[in-house]
Amino acid sequence: MTTATTPRTGTRAPSVGTARTRVEGREKVTGAARYAGEIPFAGLVHGWLVLSTVAHGRIRALDTEPVLAMPGVLAVLDHRNAPRLNTDFASLLGMRPDPTCAVFQHGRVPHRGWPVALVLAETSEQAREAAESLVVHYEEEPHDTDFGADRPDAYRADGIMPAVTEKGDLEAELAAADVVVDAEYTTPEEHHNPMEPHAATAHWDGDRLEVFDSNQGATWVVGDLANLFSIDPATVRVRSEHVGGGFGSKGVRAHQVAAVMAASVLRRPVRVVMTRRQMFTLIGYRSPTVQRIRLGADADGRIRALEHRSLSATSTVFEFVEPSSGVARVMYDADAHRTENRVVRLDVPSPTFMRAPGEAPGSFALESAMDELAVACGQDPVALRLRNDAERGPVSGLPFASRRLSDCFREGARRFGWADRDPRPGLRRDGRWLLGTGTAAASFPAGVAPSTATVTAHPDGRFTVRIAAADIGTGARTALTLVAADALHADPERIHVRIGDSDFGPAMIAGGSMGTRSWSWAVQTAAQEVRERLALGTDIPAEGITVRANTAEAIGALTPAERHSFGAQFAEVAVDPGTGEVRVRRMLGIFAAGRIVNPLTARNQLLGGMIWGISMALHEEAVRDHASGGLVGADLAGYHVPTHADVPRIEADWIDDPDPNDPVGIKGIGEIGIVGAAAAVANAVWHATGVRHRTLPIRPDRVLSAAAREGAPDA
Amino acid sequence: MATSTSSVVTLHINGEKFTLPVDHRTTLLDALRERLTLTGTKKGCDQGQCGACTVLLDGRRTVSCLQLAVAAEGREITTIEGVADGDRLHPVQQAFLDLDGFQCGYCTPGQICSAIGVLREHAEGRPSAVTDDIRPEAGPPPLTPEEIRERMSGNLCRCGAYVAIVDAVAKAAADPRATGAATVSEEDVA
Repeated sequence: MTTATTPRTGTRAPSVGTARTRVEGREKVTGAARYAGEIPFAGLVHGWLVLSTVAHGRIRALDTEPVLAMPGVLAVLDHRNAPRLNTDFASLLGMRPDPTCAVFQHGRVPHRGWPVALVLAETSEQAREAAESLVVHYEEEPHDTDFGADRPDAYRADGIMPAVTEKGDLEAELAAADVVVDAEYTTPEEHHNPMEPHAATAHWDGDRLEVFDSNQGATWVVGDLANLFSIDPATVRVRSEHVGGGFGSKGVRAHQVAAVMAASVLRRPVRVVMTRRQMFTLIGYRSPTVQRIRLGADADGRIRALEHRSLSATSTVFEFVEPSSGVARVMYDADAHRTENRVVRLDVPSPTFMRAPGEAPGSFALESAMDELAVACGQDPVALRLRNDAERGPVSGLPFASRRLSDCFREGARRFGWADRDPRPGLRRDGRWLLGTGTAAASFPAGVAPSTATVTAHPDGRFTVRIAAADIGTGARTALTLVAADALHADPERIHVRIGDSDFGPAMIAGGSMGTRSWSWAVQTAAQEVRERLALGTDIPAEGITVRANTAEAIGALTPAERHSFGAQFAEVAVDPGTGEVRVRRMLGIFAAGRIVNPLTARNQLLGGMIWGISMALHEEAVRDHASGGLVGADLAGYHVPTHADVPRIEADWIDDPDPNDPVGIKGIGEIGIVGAAAAVANAVWHATGVRHRTLPIRPDRVLSAAAREGAPDA
Repeated sequence: MATSTSSVVTLHINGEKFTLPVDHRTTLLDALRERLTLTGTKKGCDQGQCGACTVLLDGRRTVSCLQLAVAAEGREITTIEGVADGDRLHPVQQAFLDLDGFQCGYCTPGQICSAIGVLREHAEGRPSAVTDDIRPEAGPPPLTPEEIRERMSGNLCRCGAYVAIVDAVAKAAADPRATGAATVSEEDVA
């Protein structure tokens, strides 16, 4: 495919748009890259979190005496002796902190797996055994973890967007429609599960607090820690050189706070690493959703009524809204258009942002409903989407800065071989397998947030870029190297990008698909000024010439517009009607997602998102046991994520779509890959079997029971 | 000095000998990471479910979180720090680097050690669950993407770099150095 046009940079070939292996790649393939829990410290103390074994109640007593007498145990922190924390502040993202991270402040237990104590010992073996030996007595109270559409206590909630949008007379337009789709879709509780467990090592170096941490933004963590402990942010330094995945889960969590508390009490370096099982209650997750969609259309498929309602769950201590109906506010317009996000409070852990929050579950519902509408209208699913491509924001009325959705569908359909598709379901066989194909649309906001960066020109012709960015696997470090190279008219080999250090000044987090764009803007601005100064023939002193940039003003001057990435997903599946097994055979995603800085890492990231879509469609599901209030099988054996054998050769590509208002043309690609991917798979399962699956994941037992119920082709 | 809860062990790691007292509860993984600062081997789940801690034990793939350090005494342990030939990367490492067979990098050492084990097992003619002809005399099956995926399925990558990982293993398999270098000699295996 074509790549973005590149600004002229003299005779030097541009670096942005060229495939580059990761600058830290050698460290990662040799094991030399050190992650947060791997920095050696003399006199290191190991902290092990103890979590509640009841879902609701109050701590009556903790039998700490016998634990303190165990070998190597130094202290036990709990709500009776822990330092007090301040939670009355708004964090970098404008939200109050999730009280789950404000550990040991009271004896109440709002969910199973709530942190109740931290055991500190000389070795990890000692800490673990002592933590597992700690007996905690509870006054247990009844709990309620039962999520479902019929909750009378659900309420409308804003979260990151208004709860409700509304225009036109929905019931009248539905009544006037030739074709109506009215269906309910459910998605399960899903967990991030980055491969690197959350880990932090905290220590006081004089009056400076140093934290080596695994996070998505050092600025974010410094701000929250300084507020929580009521200390000057300038005295806190957070470093995260390498981060083993995040997906929304790596903000301020119980581990950093517990480590800082313990380091303050013991005045020794303290490391706290979560176990995989602890991650299932401490780091947030994607709420389950129940979504109802009503679409009313003319016989030719033009949508005249659209309603998207979503219900999600949150904890009793923190309101997080999974904004699933938000995707309908961007994708399709209608004369009557209504969207709503509601939430219900349960005795469960707090959910949080997880890769494409809102869009991921929302697009499953909306794009499945679009497929149902295509069937009901006798329209081709691609043609239906082309017909309903919005010209302006359906809710905002604002123009789209760019919207190449239809081009993605045309290109994807051509490459996937969509034109030859027989729309009738349940007809194609390959041995025992039923085959089908499906498609879905994707969108994700293209946002940007203020950041600062410095660029230093050294006398030897080299440059150092410093920015508190986080490379959680996105390839940000490499992308920023390429962006700086073009702005400086220099070879990437001469540029050293340093990230993951709060001392580099405030910067956006790796989140919301905004990291690389936000950081690139700052790096490009500083680098350009450095080049302009060097062009004057200035002598470079030994300490170099350093320019700091802050993008707050430039970003504040952006004119209002609908700014999004778009994409078209295509999937082919095989379904075994005898066992209910679903296999994805091939998949193609075509995206219009801004200028692609590094095709090598960008393709990898888009494919990773699509694999998350396969996972969402077929594998992932956290099952809650309402008797205990906890999860069943909260580990990587019980919670399924795809492995090699689940993933065929899938393809991701893009069409030229530079953002017209970004200095580099970037939109952000971290999340668009998952959006619509699960719906494409589910729609392909319908095409294979003739059975519509409105509940994820599409497990073998669901395929078999649905086939028995609906009379689908059998084995 | 040995006690009822600890012993002095000598571990053979990447061609070097390390003698150290270890708590009997210490896993090989924790001994590597916390006692010997060989942190290239990663802890993803500590339950044998993710493969991030994969090392080669006498040339065979092993999840080091399910292996006690005291039980590894006398065995040849190869970790990610020991697979390269000095500054020259192992062909599997080079292929992962060139083809971008990773994102966050945390599962990567385990994927690479596992892939080295896969290539050796394959060269020895060991079948997998997707091998058509499993007769001993059939020899190694074609190392198709399906064979690679099946054999690598003990190693999870949450970033979803699977497509590039399979390409990298296939590319490395074509390098004659991939099955021989930096693992153990035949005598050691016997």
